[in-house]
Amino acid sequence: MASMSDIFKSFMLRELFGGMAVTGRALFAPKATVRYPEEKTPRSPRFRGLHALRRNPDGTERCVGCKLCEATCPAMAITIEIAPDENGKRRTTRYDIDMRKCIFCGFCAEACPVDAIVETRFYEYCVERPGDLVWTKDILLENGALREEEIVRDRECDGECA
Amino acid sequence: MIALGKLHEFGHGVFGAFWPSVFIVVSTLIKIACIVAPLMLSVAYLTLLERKTIGGMQARLGPNRVGPFGLAQPLADGLKLLFKEIVIPSGADKAVFLAAPIFSIAPALAAWAVIPFDEGIVLADVNAALLYLMAVTSIGVYGVILAGWSSNSRYAFLGGMRSAAQLISYEIAMGLALIVVLMVSNSLSLGEIVKSQARGVFAQAGFSVFSWNWLSLFPVFVVYMVSIVAETNRAPFDMAEGESEIIGFHLEYSGLAFALFYMAEYASMILCATLAAILFLGGWLSPFSCFPNGFHWLFAKVFVILVFFFWIRATFPRYRYDQVMRLGWKVFIPVVLVWMAVVAAWMMSPLSVWK
Ligand code: SF4
Ligand code: SF4
Repeated sequence: MASMSDIFKSFMLRELFGGMAVTGRALFAPKATVRYPEEKTPRSPRFRGLHALRRNPDGTERCVGCKLCEATCPAMAITIEIAPDENGKRRTTRYDIDMRKCIFCGFCAEACPVDAIVETRFYEYCVERPGDLVWTKDILLENGALREEEIVRDRECDGECA
Repeated sequence: MIALGKLHEFGHGVFGAFWPSVFIVVSTLIKIACIVAPLMLSVAYLTLLERKTIGGMQARLGPNRVGPFGLAQPLADGLKLLFKEIVIPSGADKAVFLAAPIFSIAPALAAWAVIPFDEGIVLADVNAALLYLMAVTSIGVYGVILAGWSSNSRYAFLGGMRSAAQLISYEIAMGLALIVVLMVSNSLSLGEIVKSQARGVFAQAGFSVFSWNWLSLFPVFVVYMVSIVAETNRAPFDMAEGESEIIGFHLEYSGLAFALFYMAEYASMILCATLAAILFLGGWLSPFSCFPNGFHWLFAKVFVILVFFFWIRATFPRYRYDQVMRLGWKVFIPVVLVWMAVVAAWMMSPLSVWK
């Protein structure tokens, strides 16, 4: 008798309809898709995107040329050359980050004693030739100038705010 | 009518005694265009509907980039395939290689000749329409086998063999299901089969939906529905494609030749859905007698069946090949055979509902 009812059940396709109910409900459930250029997923204040070099409020560069970031970078993406400036202070004459090598680990920002190099929330950059992915000091400084407010805000709340 | 008279006059002037035959040929060609053009459009948009439905069931949105709501997506896909090169493998049998897609799509189109859209609206009112359908649709398997064989690739060949075996197995179950239907309708003509479903106790009470064949022949209906999924090579029986693990007969095809196989698949999906609607769901009949009959009912039924196909595809994992064969030979064929005997006895008994 049990086998008869089993046959009947399998012929009524009960389990199959149970499965179809799941997919049927999903059809009307909210979708997970994010329509990228129009919508964006939220980013945390600790998001590690494009690097920026920051300046002091008086306009001088924060970076003291200690080369800690260069030393700590696991991908060896940072190249720094230093020379004393007209006031005899240690300054970088070259600060390149090779974005082809960078793995966005954030160690450079962590290592920096003066918070000169930071990673910003900005990630939507692209170039036409791979060689253009070597960001120079000028570009990094400009990025810092552009996003200084956001950088300050993000560092203040340190992951507590969205 | 006057315009038609003028046309005949003009035709006689131009073609003389040949006019009647010319008229028949031309008017038939126009009718064919009236069927095939919307059909091709539906095939194109069926792909979009499928991607949207399946996307929805997988919590995605589906194509939405080309045109509003992605409505131009089929056109973009078609254009892309049109401009792609058709690569003919070295050592392939060129003529057969190029003919195979045509073998595949032609039956799916030719079968529409006998499909009635409404009472009397049918291209060719053949009285053995069901027989014609079974004959024509079974040609499709040649496309599969020839494509696999002519590609000169053992994977395509094995895929072709596998698909052909599958198609033939399910054709038997399908054919037997059709026999049961024609037994109870007492006719091979599709129009008659639909009309016979309008008779019965429920139809007289105004609920013709319960007089349709699906209820009285329920096991056959189930077998038929599953068989057409297998017959059109759809998931979960898509042994022919099986992109992720096994490869099918159209492995070596590219560009428009590949597109033809796809169009054939979707065209035969629409065809099988229409057949299911006609044979089991009362074709153009309205489900309750308070609504008028009409071709829109047929379209609505076909639409529901097609969405059901997509739903199945989004839900179930692919069958293993031996499971496909077991289902066809050990379950469906015996079930239909038994049900055929039961229906035959039922028809002869005083309890028959088909008098
Ligand atoms: S984020 Fe990591 S890999 Fe990139 S530059 Fe900084 S330390 Fe190097
Ligand atoms: S960016 Fe920071 S860690 Fe790197 S050289 Fe300058 S001060 Fe030192």
